[in-house]
Amino acid sequence: MTDDLLALQHATDAALAAATDLRAWDAVRVGVLGKSGSLTEKLKGLGALPPEQRRERGAAINVAKDAITAAIEARKAVLEAAALDAKLAGERIDVTLPPALSALGLIHPISRTMDEMAAIFGAMGIAIAEGPDVEDDWRNFGALNIPAHHSAREDMDTFYLPGLNGEARRRVLRTHTSPVQVRTMLGQEPPIRVIVPGRTYRADHDATHSPMFHQVEGLVIDRGITLGHLKGCLIDFLRAFFGISSLPVRFRSSYFPFTEPSMEVDIGWNRRTGELGGGGDWLEILGSGMVHPKVLANCGIDPREWQGFAFGMGIERVTMLKHGIPDLRPFYESDIRWLRHYGFSALAAVALHEGV
Amino acid sequence: MKFTLSWLKTHLDTTASLDEITDALTRVGLELEGVEDRAAKLAPFVIAHVVEAVQHPNADRLRACKVDTGSGIVSVVCGAPNARAGMKAVFAPPGAFVPGTGITLKVGEIRGVQSAGMLLSAREMGLGDDHDGIIDLPVDAPVGVSYASWAKLDDPVIDIAVTPNRGDALSVRGVARDLAAAGLGTLRPFAPVALAGVGPSAVDWAIEDTEACSWVLGRTVRNVKNGPSPQWLQDRLISVGLRPISALVDITNFFTLDLGRPLHVFDADKVSGGRLTFRAGAGESFRALNGKDYTVRPEDCAIADSAGVQSLAGVIGGEATGCDAATTNVFVECALFNPVRVALSGRFHQLTSDARQRFERGIDPSLLPAALEAATQMVIDLCGGAPSEVVAAGAEPAWQREATLRFARLRDLGGLDVPADEAVASLESLGFRTLRRDAASVTVAVPAWRNDVAANTALEPSPDLSAEKLAAAAAGRAEIEPECDLIEEVLRLRGLDAVPPVSLPVSGIVPPATLTPRQTRRAVARRVLAAAGLAECVTFSFMAHEHAALFGTAPEAQRLFNPIAADLDQMRPTAIATLALASARNASRGYPDLGLFEIGPAFHDDGSQSQTAAGLRCGTTPRHWAGPQRSAGAMDAKADVWTVLAALGVPMDALTVTADAPGFYHPGQSGCVRQGPKTVLATFGALHPRLIAALDLPGPVVAFEINLDAIQEPKRRKKGLPDLPSLQPLKRDFAFLVDATVGGDAVLRAARGAERTLIAGASLFDVYTGDKLPEGKKSVAVEITFQPRDHTLTDAEIEAASAKVVAAVTKATGASLRG
Repeated sequence: MTDDLLALQHATDAALAAATDLRAWDAVRVGVLGKSGSLTEKLKGLGALPPEQRRERGAAINVAKDAITAAIEARKAVLEAAALDAKLAGERIDVTLPPALSALGLIHPISRTMDEMAAIFGAMGIAIAEGPDVEDDWRNFGALNIPAHHSAREDMDTFYLPGLNGEARRRVLRTHTSPVQVRTMLGQEPPIRVIVPGRTYRADHDATHSPMFHQVEGLVIDRGITLGHLKGCLIDFLRAFFGISSLPVRFRSSYFPFTEPSMEVDIGWNRRTGELGGGGDWLEILGSGMVHPKVLANCGIDPREWQGFAFGMGIERVTMLKHGIPDLRPFYESDIRWLRHYGFSALAAVALHEGV
Repeated sequence: MKFTLSWLKTHLDTTASLDEITDALTRVGLELEGVEDRAAKLAPFVIAHVVEAVQHPNADRLRACKVDTGSGIVSVVCGAPNARAGMKAVFAPPGAFVPGTGITLKVGEIRGVQSAGMLLSAREMGLGDDHDGIIDLPVDAPVGVSYASWAKLDDPVIDIAVTPNRGDALSVRGVARDLAAAGLGTLRPFAPVALAGVGPSAVDWAIEDTEACSWVLGRTVRNVKNGPSPQWLQDRLISVGLRPISALVDITNFFTLDLGRPLHVFDADKVSGGRLTFRAGAGESFRALNGKDYTVRPEDCAIADSAGVQSLAGVIGGEATGCDAATTNVFVECALFNPVRVALSGRFHQLTSDARQRFERGIDPSLLPAALEAATQMVIDLCGGAPSEVVAAGAEPAWQREATLRFARLRDLGGLDVPADEAVASLESLGFRTLRRDAASVTVAVPAWRNDVAANTALEPSPDLSAEKLAAAAAGRAEIEPECDLIEEVLRLRGLDAVPPVSLPVSGIVPPATLTPRQTRRAVARRVLAAAGLAECVTFSFMAHEHAALFGTAPEAQRLFNPIAADLDQMRPTAIATLALASARNASRGYPDLGLFEIGPAFHDDGSQSQTAAGLRCGTTPRHWAGPQRSAGAMDAKADVWTVLAALGVPMDALTVTADAPGFYHPGQSGCVRQGPKTVLATFGALHPRLIAALDLPGPVVAFEINLDAIQEPKRRKKGLPDLPSLQPLKRDFAFLVDATVGGDAVLRAARGAERTLIAGASLFDVYTGDKLPEGKKSVAVEITFQPRDHTLTDAEIEAASAKVVAAVTKATGASLRG
């Protein structure tokens, strides 16, 4: 390479280095490669050379041009990157500011428990049955072997509504979800497997009683259903619901008008700490039994052919136990602070495969 | 029911420990409520001898005593006025906890005199209210011995819950029988000797109300001396919470508890006319033993003499003919009453008594003669006197019943294989008597005291059953119920824990869907509303009728006959009502900005109820640096409705909104969401300002109610293929000038429907009213999406399509295109 080309190359490098923005860079580029740039001028001078020198000189200029062009483009990339960096630096935001969140809604713990019950009992092939809150005294009492004079009608502190219903029966707010047993047995042929979660009402209002509360009823009728199945079903449920595979469950002989034999069911806990599982104490949690032959017969089911079990459980009670909620009354208060504390995410739907 | 361990042992011969007994009680269905061991808290207290009691040198009201505790003589300062030398008292040493004062004693000095312990009053020991002075024991009380054991307070009191079917277990003997059958000992025999009565009774019986009283026995015991009962009887009654009254009265209370056999004693000299008659009440009043006056109705069975009503049969006796210290001739009543009549009388008069409790559960109808003999014997033993002949009216009813158990049913219903011999032995130990037995079954006679077994009470069948179905069901019940009764007996003696649990058999490893479509709708609505930022509530189904009336008519048909409180007397017409009250409560706690919802019932004027999703929003969005706060508006409630309906698969294009929402909404800011002309799916809007004021809400509230029952199940057809054209869509904006009364929806629908093939979408993006427009007009701007199908649209084609849009909107709404 001839000295003049080398000199040009060096001069261009120096000019590029001195160009700190794209405008200065473009001036260098035009000064060298433009129409009357210094290298362009040298190319123009080729024609004046003798043919034997022209070839050699032309090759040298082309080599120089390639090198200079590369240097110019490289400098451009550097300057463009710097310009972008400078621009972005001006666009900085305070990333520590709090973001605007969409408002969070919540699912009430009672609904959550009902969903969990549906999932667990559903896995046992049990469907969900429903009935009205305003019932009549036959479905709520008489059909369930609670005759008019029975003390249970008194014990249950029944709310009455005025007048008679279309079937000339007294209207009551159901004191338990058991009337839906009657509706189910009259509405379908056995086999029957249902649970009935729902609102129930009793005229009792203190720290541990609410005039409205929730129960889940269970009814399983089939051929050959035994008290062993009742125990298995409830043990399976309680252990799944509380998530304690070794939860102690005790069955005690008891009495309910609508079942025989009847039993109350206790789970093991520690009375002092409130912890479920071990601890050596027993906590009564639900009532159950084999469906009374009179109840079957009242609903037109022949107890020689069909038999089964029923149970009833307080939804608030198991919810309080599962989540360590100490008081009953806030369940119905709609205190937004309580709801935010105990409520469940809308998107954490109950699913057995995610664990209840 | 309460009884003491020693009392139990008068009927049960057992070596079982207290724990074994209490465990067995719970196992056999006599649930243990508690054991009170009064001796435990009295353990440190011993009997002591007050050797010396002199005036305290430095205090007028105190005495300085020297007390022999049996393990040395100590100095005790005592403030009791009755402290004196030579007396026997109860001593609490230093370190003892004194239950009546809540103090643990320490050695101290009181005004210069050492006090190393305390002499106790009854109240300080927690044994009553007596605080007149320290306990003054008999002189022969042994020094150094535990006071509790000397006073026989170390007899644990057992309290059990007796279920309503087990009247027989409301007696110490009945409990002992169950325990013996459960293998905890032997039931001692009960066979009172028949006393030869001399002479006629001073009083006799007549039964007019044979339904209420089927059988009664009585007897006069002459020349008795009534006074306090002996200590053992007083102790028993006190230990189970009864107040001793006099020997004659205490005897009746004793047998009520001991045999479950209520008795009554009349002072024979106070009975007029020599005859007591069981008859229906006729509005007469009498003063009962509790000092209150009662008026007997025709539904009540009264016991009357010639002077009038003296007693309410099976419930409570009367003051006028009661026994007192002056009684010398006593007439003992031992009767059998109709349980239902006693229950209804007791309930009406709001009288509970140990007698009523037993009669209404049913007592042993065969026990009357033996019980009367036992009671007579005790009267003679405690009060002296001579018994008359027994007088009776009515007759022992036929109570005898049979029950048959097929042994295989213990396994097939009870889930427990019990060998036949063991099952029969269990039944016999409970008093069932084997009548017939073969390899497969046993038939037993039901004992008289078990009125709950094979009771064969009336069915209450559904009136809708066919005669054939009812006959089969009734026959099945008659056969199966007594067997279930016997299975229960056999199982409970073993404890139900003995039954092996069996998981429910399932038809397949993967269960079918649990929820019905209707139930799924509710679940989806719940999740959607919670995801939309609303907090789910569970509010009461009832509320104050004054408040309910703000949301509807609050009809009498939905008002509780017996509300628990005046503000909970009306079934709510809509959950918006109870949610509004909830928002007011939250506002008063300082939380006025919130969104709530509830999935629950609404109760209608015609007595029906429906399943609804209701919600409300009030207040503003939270303050935030990134944008302004926004108050909840009616359109937010509409958005909630739209979100839910869309999630439930409602065809949204088919919905219309009319401005005829219920009156509790703001008339100009509310709507009814309709599917077709008849079905109202939802209402929404701002609540009426009048209601806001009446409920004391802090500011505007918007609300909605969706009738989930009105939503039809979407047709579950398979989806068609998707429309995915390869050409880009293009968008054009149109601004229309329309009358202000024209709904934006009408403009949008007309534009959307103007052209079937090219128009793929339309959205309303601006509504403007203002001075720049003619009076009574508004501008509605719509963006139309044209979707070319097989070629890029030419300007002429776009023009033509646009002209169709303008023409359609103009035709439908009278609009003109704004220039």
